[in-house]
Amino acid sequence: MSMNHGNTGLLMSASVALAKRELIRFFRQRTRVIGAIGQPVIFWILFGAGLRSSFQSPSWAIGLQRPLTYQEYFFPGIAVLIVLFTAIFSTISIIEDRREGFLQGVLVAPVSRAAIVAGKLLGGTTLALIQAGLFLVIGPLLSAVGLAPDFDPDWTLMRLLSAGLFLTLIAVELTALGFLIAWPMNSTQGFHAIMSILLMPMWLLSGAFFPGEKAGWLSWLIRCNPLTYGVAGLRRLLYAETLPSSPELPSMILCIVVTLGCSLMFFLICVRLTSRPAVSNVV
Amino acid sequence: MTDQSIIVDDVTHSYQTIAALSHVSFSVSSGDFLGLLGPNGSGKTTLFRLLSTLLPLQQGRISICGFRLPAQQADVRRCIGVTFQSPALDIRLTVMENLLCHAAIYGLSQTECRKRSSMLLERFQVKGSDKQIVGTLSGGMKRRVELARGFLHNPRVMFLDEPTTGLDLRSRMEFFQILREQQQEGGTTIVMATHLMEEAEQCSQLLLLDQGRVVDGGTPDDLKTSLKGDRIGIRCRDPQEVRDRLVRLIGSEPILAGNELVFRVANAVEVLSEITGALGSEIQSVQISKPSLEDVFLARTGRSLTEQENKA
Repeated sequence: MSMNHGNTGLLMSASVALAKRELIRFFRQRTRVIGAIGQPVIFWILFGAGLRSSFQSPSWAIGLQRPLTYQEYFFPGIAVLIVLFTAIFSTISIIEDRREGFLQGVLVAPVSRAAIVAGKLLGGTTLALIQAGLFLVIGPLLSAVGLAPDFDPDWTLMRLLSAGLFLTLIAVELTALGFLIAWPMNSTQGFHAIMSILLMPMWLLSGAFFPGEKAGWLSWLIRCNPLTYGVAGLRRLLYAETLPSSPELPSMILCIVVTLGCSLMFFLICVRLTSRPAVSNVV
Repeated sequence: MTDQSIIVDDVTHSYQTIAALSHVSFSVSSGDFLGLLGPNGSGKTTLFRLLSTLLPLQQGRISICGFRLPAQQADVRRCIGVTFQSPALDIRLTVMENLLCHAAIYGLSQTECRKRSSMLLERFQVKGSDKQIVGTLSGGMKRRVELARGFLHNPRVMFLDEPTTGLDLRSRMEFFQILREQQQEGGTTIVMATHLMEEAEQCSQLLLLDQGRVVDGGTPDDLKTSLKGDRIGIRCRDPQEVRDRLVRLIGSEPILAGNELVFRVANAVEVLSEITGALGSEIQSVQISKPSLEDVFLARTGRSLTEQENKA
């Protein structure tokens, strides 16, 4: 019993130490702070202003008491984009860590590989939450002072807390996804390529940017995309009214099940990848 | 209890089809300072990675501190410390932040870490640097902090892979003094990979590696005295042309290292007067010395340590 407790304690402190390192690194690189949140916020303002008039409400929004504006529609998508960018930034450092030698120092230590992965996820998730949380405050403020198109969310503390909880889950999912992409890579260019051809399209086709209903193959891609369930879940939690379900806007239960399931699956793949001593781990 | 700290038995390793190590066997006694001497590409780094659990063992047996790889990998990891060619320090963190992070990974408490690190930083002469960002330290200081990191959890066996890369001669000698003190006081077994002779001289035992094989081993003195006589190195404009004449005069076969013909002779002074008399005008320089580790390597492999390096 006490032995077991000790092990958990060790696992925790190693993970916490690795996560702490991520945070220190992040805040010492000011440009990264701006990069991860700046671009999404600019997107939100510019696309919001540009697409406001041509936005066609998705079918599920027709019966709502308050008509859905594009600014509102786009909001959860931008929060998820911030999480995605943070996940990419914090996992791309795995490649640098390997080249600089830090990773080897961790790998030869008597620490479980699960704790190493957990440290990365903890760090990435914390950073993602800080930044997405910042956006949740900045977004409405920018609208209020007229720097962004009208956006007047009807939020309660309860709604924000549950959204924060769900964002945590999305952050774990995306950081773990970034981890398993970055782990076998030996150059950051390779990661950038994956980012352009896989991660960005994944975000575009998640219902974050456009609803994509009745669009044939595109709709199918959206339905098969695990991130669709992240964006939809967040949308439901942030919106005041109960939204109806549709293939492009899955039910809350389904959103939780898919996001939780993917997080767990990605985490286990990460642990498997790191547990296998291989040439790619060291070169 | 065995006093063999490390036993490597018939280890063979290859990357896809390229053989990196073939049938390597050796052992290291507790408290010894073993140097793995070989040119780049001789298999040092592969051997190193196998010993430090970074690569899976393909063939053969390795045991460290009585624990077998890979079955007792976790126990092995607990008793080894490793410093790599590229330091495992995070350059954006301060020295103490790095050490605390490393301590947590090894399950050391913060108080334990602070106690050990203040002792190590003082011994390694980087006291007072704990609040400095690692990226702002000089190369020599960085290496010493890296060494402190490696010794933080008091490992019984320390692996050092080309630990002085990027250091000037003076920092290198300081580094070795510190290392030897730590070895003597802490009783740590040290294994160091190097391709530099002056570093190899610092070790108590040496293993010469070439093309993935162990070509010789022993103390630096034993290795050098195994080559009888003196070394005489002759530089000339066209070594090929005078080679045959020199062979006839000296009566033994030379080894060509760069543009230098190296002979080993019983009486160098006598030979010197003969060759300067016969070939004086064609010879640029003649150097007489006792055999060095470089010569031992040359004699065993027919190649020089540095020659290989230049090619790579």
